[in-house]
Amino acid sequence: MDLLIFQAPILMVQASMDGILLGILFALIAYGMALQWGVMNIINIAQGDLVILGGYIAYFMYLYGIHPAWGVIVSPIIMYFVGIGIYKLVINKVVDRDLFISILATFGISILFMQLMNFAFGADVVLANSGYGTTMLLDNSVTLPNSKIFAAIISIVFAIGLVIYMKKSKLGRAIRATAQNARAAKILGVDTEKVYAATFGINAALCGVAGALISITFTIHPYMGLPYTIRSFMIVIVAGLGNLPGVALSGMGLGVFEEFADYILGTEFRIGSVFLLLVLILVYRRFKLSKKREYLK
Amino acid sequence: MKIKNIIITFVSAIAILLSTSVVSFSKVVGDKIVLGAAVSLTGKYSSNGVHTQNGYNMAVDRINSMGGIKVGGKTYKFEIIYYDDESNPKRAAQLAERLISQDGVEFMLGPYSSGLTKAMAPVTEKYGVPMVEANGASRSLFTKGYKYLFAVLAPANLYLDVAIRTAVELNGGKGVRIAQAFEQDAFSQDVRLGILDAAKDTGSEIVIDDKLPKELNDMAATLAKVKAVKPDVLVVSGHTKGALTAIRQIAEMKVDVPMLAMTHCDAAKLSKQHGKNSQYALCASQWHKTLTYKDKWFKDGMTYDADFTKMFGYAPPYQAAESSAALLVFKDAFERANSFDQKKVRDALAATDMQTFYGNIKFAPGGQNVSKPMVLFQVMCDSSGKCENKVVAPLKWASAELIHPIPKWSER
Repeated sequence: MDLLIFQAPILMVQASMDGILLGILFALIAYGMALQWGVMNIINIAQGDLVILGGYIAYFMYLYGIHPAWGVIVSPIIMYFVGIGIYKLVINKVVDRDLFISILATFGISILFMQLMNFAFGADVVLANSGYGTTMLLDNSVTLPNSKIFAAIISIVFAIGLVIYMKKSKLGRAIRATAQNARAAKILGVDTEKVYAATFGINAALCGVAGALISITFTIHPYMGLPYTIRSFMIVIVAGLGNLPGVALSGMGLGVFEEFADYILGTEFRIGSVFLLLVLILVYRRFKLSKKREYLK
Repeated sequence: MKIKNIIITFVSAIAILLSTSVVSFSKVVGDKIVLGAAVSLTGKYSSNGVHTQNGYNMAVDRINSMGGIKVGGKTYKFEIIYYDDESNPKRAAQLAERLISQDGVEFMLGPYSSGLTKAMAPVTEKYGVPMVEANGASRSLFTKGYKYLFAVLAPANLYLDVAIRTAVELNGGKGVRIAQAFEQDAFSQDVRLGILDAAKDTGSEIVIDDKLPKELNDMAATLAKVKAVKPDVLVVSGHTKGALTAIRQIAEMKVDVPMLAMTHCDAAKLSKQHGKNSQYALCASQWHKTLTYKDKWFKDGMTYDADFTKMFGYAPPYQAAESSAALLVFKDAFERANSFDQKKVRDALAATDMQTFYGNIKFAPGGQNVSKPMVLFQVMCDSSGKCENKVVAPLKWASAELIHPIPKWSER
C-alpha cells in the first residue's frame, strides 16, 4: 500500500497541489507570527486561538445568511481590535521581558481564549459552507476544492498587500525600524509603543483572515487552535525571521512534504515526519552556527 | 485582635469540616437514594456532557413522578449530586474520590466519554461502588475485570460491525474491499478493531488502513487514495470533526464509493451542517427514536423523543437516551436486590435482563451490554433538500430500504 503513489503517479500531482494549497494558508498564519516575533520578540502561543476566533466570526456571518467569504474582510477588522486589546491588557507588560515570560503570558491567553470560546460558542465542531464547488484537472483524476484555491489566492493577496504596506507606509517603515533596533528607533522619534500595538493588531488581523478561510475549508472548534500555532511556529523556524519569501516557501514545502509523507510512510507518520524534519533542520542550523563560531575564533 | 482572628478562623474551619462530614453518612437519606455523577459541563465534551445530564434528569423526574423505587416495602426517590469534571480525566477521578469519600455516595452514574469513564472506574472499583454508565463504549473498559462497572451501551468494537456485514450480504456473501480511516484515540481505534474482526469473519480485505491524527482537519490524502483504489466500503471514525471533515472533503473531491459508513453523525448534526452532501452516509447509532423497544416509564422511542423535546427544547441524541436508560437499570436493580447493600445491588445489576425504550439490557461478565445491537441509519434527503436519518439495518428495525450503491457524484 505504501507504494500506491508510485503505482498511480497521478497521486503525486494531487499530493503536490494539496500540499501547496495547504502550505500557502499556513504560511499566512506563520507570516503574522514571524512579524510579531521579529518586531517584539514574542512567540505567540495564542496564535492558533486567534485563528479559530477569526473562524468563528466568519461562521456566525454564515449562520446569519451572509456568505462566509465576506469573513475575510470583516474578520480581520474585528480581530485587529481584539489584537490591540490583548496588547493593551497583557502583552505591553511582557514585551521587554525575556522570551520565557512572553511564552507563559501568551500560553495563558491561549487557555483563556479556548475556555471563553467554548463558553460563548459551545463545544460543537462547526464549519461554514462556501458552495464553491470543485475544479477537476487531468481528466478528472486530480480534484481541487475551489474553497482551497480561494483560500490560497486570498492568502497571497493579503501577503503581497502587507509587504507593500511594510515597504511604503509610514507605519510599515516604523515597524521595520523597530524590528531592526528598537532603541535606535525610539531615539529617532518612533513611538515604539504604538508600533508594538499595531504589530500585534496586524498579526491578529492576519489570523482573522486565515480563520475565515479555515472555516470554509476545514472545521472550527474552540480547542483546535494549538495545531495551527505549532504549524506556524515550525514554518517560521524553518524559514528564519524576517524572511517573507522564506516563510511562503517553507509553508508550501512543509505542506508538500507532509502530503508525501502521508502516502509513503502512512497517515500515522504524517505529523511525526514533519517534526522529525524540524529537528533535523534545527540540528543542521546549530551545526552550521558552531562552525561559524569556530571561524570567528 | 490577632489572636481573636486566629480563633475565629480555627473555629469556623472546624465548623465547616463538621458540617461537610455530617452529610457524609450513608447515601440513602430519608426517602432519597442519592446517586453521584461527574459530567462534563465545561470543556471540550460539554455538549455531550449536557446531553448526558439532561438524560439523567429526565429519567429521575419520570421515575420519581411515577411512584419512585420500592425497596423493603418503602418508596424512595432518586436524587443526583452532580459535579463538573471539566472534560478532564484527572478531574473526573478526583471527583469520583470526592463523591465517595466526602459526599458518601454509594452508587454512581457514569460520566461522558470512554476516556473519563476509564479514569473513574478504578476509583469506584476500589471502593466497591456500583457504577452504571451510559457513555463509555471503549472495549478496554470491559476487559479489565471490573466487577462494579456496568454499561448500558454496546461496546465500541460493534459500532460499524453491522455495516461490514450488510455490505458483505449485499455482495452475495462474498468478502468486500474495505478502506478505513480512524482517528488515533481509544474509541476510534476500538471501532477499528471491530472492523478488523468483521473483515476476518467475512473474508473481506482491508485495502486502506489510515490512522488519522488527533488534531485531524484534513483527510485529502486518504480520500485521494480511496479514489485510486476504489474500495467497496469506506469506513471513517474520528468523532464529530472526523464525520464533518469526511463529508466535506468527499463532496469536494467527488469521491465515489458504493458504501460510506461513519460514527458520530448524530453529534455532528451532519445533515444540518452539510445538507445534501451528507446524503447516503451510513451512521452507527446506539439508539434511534423509531426503534420499537418499549418500557412502562417512557413508553417507546417516539414518546421519549417528544417528551424530551418538550422538556429541553431539542431532540434527544442517543447520548441522552442511553443516559436515561442507566437510571431505569438502577431502579430495576434496587427493587430486585430489595436492599441498599452495595454488594447485593451489584449482584442484582449483574443479573439485569430487561427491556427499556432504549433497548434490551443484559450485561456480559465484563459489564458491557450484549443484548442490544447497534443500528445503522442512512441520511436521506428529499428533493427540497430536507434530510432525515432513517434506520436501514439491522433489517428487523429498518424503517426504510438501504440505498446501495451510493449514486455517483456525476449522477447526483
